Amino acid sequence: MKTGILLLALIATSTLAAEPVVVGSKKFTESYVLGGIARTVLERAGFTVQERAGMGGTIILWQALSDGQIDVYPEYTGTIGEEILRTKERLSADEMRAALKKLGVGMSADLGFNNTYALVMRRAEAERLGIQTISDLRQHPDLKVGLTHEFLDRQDGWRPLAAAYGLTMTNVSGIDHAIGYAALVRGSIQIKDAYSTDAKIQENDLVVLRDDRHFFPEYKAVFLYRQNLHPRAVAALNHFGGIDEAKMISLNAAAERSKDYAYAASLYFHPANSHAAPRRELWTNLARWTGRHLELAGISLLLSVLIGLPLGIVASRGGPVGQIILAIVGMIQTIPSLALLALLVPVPFLGISATTAIVALFLYGLLPIVRNTATGLQEIPAALRDSATALGLESGARLRKIYLPLASRTILAGIKTSAVINIGTATLAALIGAGGLGEPILSGLNLNDHATILEGAIPAALLALLVQGLFDLLDRFLIPRGLRL
Amino acid sequence: MDPLVRLIGVSKSFGGTTALQPTDLDFAPGLTTALIGPSGCGKSTLLRLVLALLRPDSGKVLFDGAEVTEANAEAVRRRVGYVIQEGGLFPHLTARANVLLMSRHLGRPEQEMARRLEELCVLSQFPRAGLDRYPAELSGGQRQRVSLMRALMLSPEVLLLDEPLGALDPLVRSALQRDLKEIFARLRQTTLLVTHDMGEAAYLADEIVLMNEGRIVQRGSAADFRDHPATEFVSEFINAQRGATF
Repeated sequence: MKTGILLLALIATSTLAAEPVVVGSKKFTESYVLGGIARTVLERAGFTVQERAGMGGTIILWQALSDGQIDVYPEYTGTIGEEILRTKERLSADEMRAALKKLGVGMSADLGFNNTYALVMRRAEAERLGIQTISDLRQHPDLKVGLTHEFLDRQDGWRPLAAAYGLTMTNVSGIDHAIGYAALVRGSIQIKDAYSTDAKIQENDLVVLRDDRHFFPEYKAVFLYRQNLHPRAVAALNHFGGIDEAKMISLNAAAERSKDYAYAASLYFHPANSHAAPRRELWTNLARWTGRHLELAGISLLLSVLIGLPLGIVASRGGPVGQIILAIVGMIQTIPSLALLALLVPVPFLGISATTAIVALFLYGLLPIVRNTATGLQEIPAALRDSATALGLESGARLRKIYLPLASRTILAGIKTSAVINIGTATLAALIGAGGLGEPILSGLNLNDHATILEGAIPAALLALLVQGLFDLLDRFLIPRGLRL
Repeated sequence: MDPLVRLIGVSKSFGGTTALQPTDLDFAPGLTTALIGPSGCGKSTLLRLVLALLRPDSGKVLFDGAEVTEANAEAVRRRVGYVIQEGGLFPHLTARANVLLMSRHLGRPEQEMARRLEELCVLSQFPRAGLDRYPAELSGGQRQRVSLMRALMLSPEVLLLDEPLGALDPLVRSALQRDLKEIFARLRQTTLLVTHDMGEAAYLADEIVLMNEGRIVQRGSAADFRDHPATEFVSEFINAQRGATF
């Protein structure tokens, strides 16, 4: 009997394991941590989980969930209302669930914390002035307020807030988020806007002023999942125990301190091992990022050469076809690289993937190769062209034996330009979760941590220099000696 | 014997400018014919028409009795040797690779190629040590010798020379003229030489064709030109060539 149950359990787990559940997350600290928590929750429920961390913003995650590229990701109720369902009404959780259901998406129970806009002050000062709620601020119109530019301008930002509460402060200025915290700690400002689960709140011993008039919309954290997700997985996401605000703040703080999201997520399950904050294996990570980076840049460069060279040859013959080719590849180049990536994401079969990044880099690398090939071939003196023709070489042989070698210096210069541009642009691939050296740059930007940014930026710059040097060396082998005299 | 190359009513213009009026011309087999005339008279155009580097606007070019067309142009070119002013050597290939380019492309046996190369070095008095040099490492005169070797490599039936000595300094030029005369005498090959120098034409060619403004003005031996200039232009052209020794 016991063995029978064991067997059943084994079969159950193995069927569950057959189809991995893909967990996505947005590219900011808290989303990374929540993604990590969902991963462990699902793994403990017996599922194989594949994590795609930091894929991008709301639109990209929602698209990926709709397309079935991911099965689960953490979201906020305020965002679901405003950006996904696009409604101005404040929907209840049940109304939201019903609306999402029509789109084939389920919403988990609220995780237990609200990450909304908030006003924060230094704890000591708030206690001294007896301020606990936003309403209390009415008694202190002389306080200095420093707000992020976004909050100053938002529809649900400062002006309507002041109107709703009858606040009359005149000393209100715009200040960057990270710098604002420093200014608050130094005392040059006394009130600042924040997200209510910001790690900085705990780090700097600040207090969140209670929104006693419920001005700010709720941004309760939930998991969104595809409706075809296994019921046991849904149950696991609904009943893993929840996270309160204090806990989330401390996990965010741990993530920013350790720069290791997986570790921060693990603290949710094992708060005890908080001392064992592992310093990531920098060299292992560097090798992984660099390898991926070279893969992205290398494959795309290869494609650019394979397609760009023939296009350049056709373009060198001039005429309307040649002009159209040059115009199109020229036009591609004018699209900002970020926009090109964004444009490719909705294309079927591409989506949020390394393939998309490779396609974007390939398109980007075309112009220097096509243009240099065309120019190099056009610059061959007429006397040499005539000589090649007069010898009786067929046009294919003329191209192969005479024209391409003669244009080799210009063509190689184009390939080199492409390669160097590709190495730089490939850092953007991390924006759509394709990895590479952009990964530490992005998380460094999110964490406001210069060291992490440099872990990506320095190798990327060195790589570009290395590639440049490598091509200079390659010139010696590929450009015929007679042309280097 | 039928002429190997014959032009029948061939004309060519570029944009609005007529480069060659409708022209009939044939070249005596085994002899050297010089095409001479001022710049822009149509002599180079005529040469390029023979090689099918240009397509005639009207008329036709016959090679060995058959009209030269797009389809047989390559076959015709392989039976014609061509040397241009700057040599037209490919800078990325050594002298040897330039000379052997076409025979290698056609897969000729190594031994045969080596023998022919040896013959040509002797004929054009080119030092064997120079064969492994690149064009940039050779003097102007040597480059022209290599270019001539390349033109002769496939033992062509017709040799076309487009101002082959035009870019050389006088000393090298006169040395090469002497060598060319010897080569022509040895090969007894149908040769068409474009030049603007009456002295060179008289020295090297059996027959001279003087052209002006796209048409043939006079045709004959050097003596004919000296003794019976056909028009005022012919006398002027001859007199303008100071020191011409004929």
